[in-house]
Amino acid sequence: MPWEDAVSIEDIRVLTGQLAADPSSLVFLPLGEALRRRGQLEAAEKVALAGLTRYPELADAHDLLARILGDRGDLERAFDEWDIALRLDGGHAGAHKGIGFLYYVAGELPKALGHLESALAADPGAEGVAAAVARVREALAMPGASDAASPPPGPVAGAQTAAETTGPAEVSRAVFEGLEGAQDGLLLLDAQGLRVGGGLSSPDGTPVGDAVAAHLAGVFRDAERAARLLSLGPWSSVAAETSDANLFLCAPTPESLLLLVRDNSVPIGRLALQAERASEAARRWLEGAA
Amino acid sequence: MKADIVSALESITRVRGVRGAMIVSAEEGLVVAESSMEGIDGAAVAALAAGVVARLARATEAAGRTAPAFVHLRAGAGGLMAVPGRGDLLVVAVTDPEVNVGLVRLELRRVAEDVA
Repeated sequence: MPWEDAVSIEDIRVLTGQLAADPSSLVFLPLGEALRRRGQLEAAEKVALAGLTRYPELADAHDLLARILGDRGDLERAFDEWDIALRLDGGHAGAHKGIGFLYYVAGELPKALGHLESALAADPGAEGVAAAVARVREALAMPGASDAASPPPGPVAGAQTAAETTGPAEVSRAVFEGLEGAQDGLLLLDAQGLRVGGGLSSPDGTPVGDAVAAHLAGVFRDAERAARLLSLGPWSSVAAETSDANLFLCAPTPESLLLLVRDNSVPIGRLALQAERASEAARRWLEGAA
Repeated sequence: MKADIVSALESITRVRGVRGAMIVSAEEGLVVAESSMEGIDGAAVAALAAGVVARLARATEAAGRTAPAFVHLRAGAGGLMAVPGRGDLLVVAVTDPEVNVGLVRLELRRVAEDVA
């Protein structure tokens, strides 16, 4: 029987009553989880956030919020919450499972395996973790298999949806056709951090586009928030220099983000010009795809 | 020591178009020292700058690259620049839109190297 069927409205009513009677109790944890399982994500998030204001250092509370955020498709914030949970409790099975799954979705199989194995060690009976470990090991043993493999059972419904919609078939190779770095060095992603076009490799040639895209959604939100709260007006770009590369980030449309990465011998000013051309291409492609 | 830091920050705020400069604890997002931040919420700058830099550092790590040595958020009515210093410190400047970015970057780097 599916879990959501097993959680009755009466159960939720009882848990809600218990929490109302004693707002400082930990009953917010089963209540938030019950609401999440029934798909009442907004209510679940409110319960989790209220619990976190009372118990900010409770790893279980961060794990709960992460699962809710994952179900809502906000994988970046889900990652952050699981990361906090692990800082508070390095052996937290749920957080290892969640982060392991997100790494899998991002194509970072060795990291995924490490976290899933930690989750299994912490809770050998955890639902689906043993099977997930087996599946990731299998994917690791087959070069290039990670792209083709279906994701292991995930801790959040949203993450599974994301995994299904970000397969190679959904990522366009044609967005930046004709531009320098069209397949490696230019990324187009949506506001949720899902790669929709282009590609990126690390210096050793490993494809890292999906992993980087997942992190950039947070940069997008932080840049927007910083510009707004500091009365700087709408943000137009974020440039970053590292010792081995220069990066340029901008938003071709309000719902998309473009990253351009070049060797650090290419000055930021030139990156800005290249990003402008790439943004035009992205807008054309997005209009055509709409 | 604090006077030295503020004096170092003044070398940044002397650049035309710089509204204010500050040193931030990157991990906590808190102000360590600031200069000429009139009309600007220093605490908000510290938290937001630390957040943007931390997020970018995660992205560059995922890309197999080193952490950012300079970050520039450009917006319609101004900008935010940050250079990581020693340890946990970030040197940050809030600027007008019309500013010599190269000059501010130089000053930020100089202060980042000087301030331990």
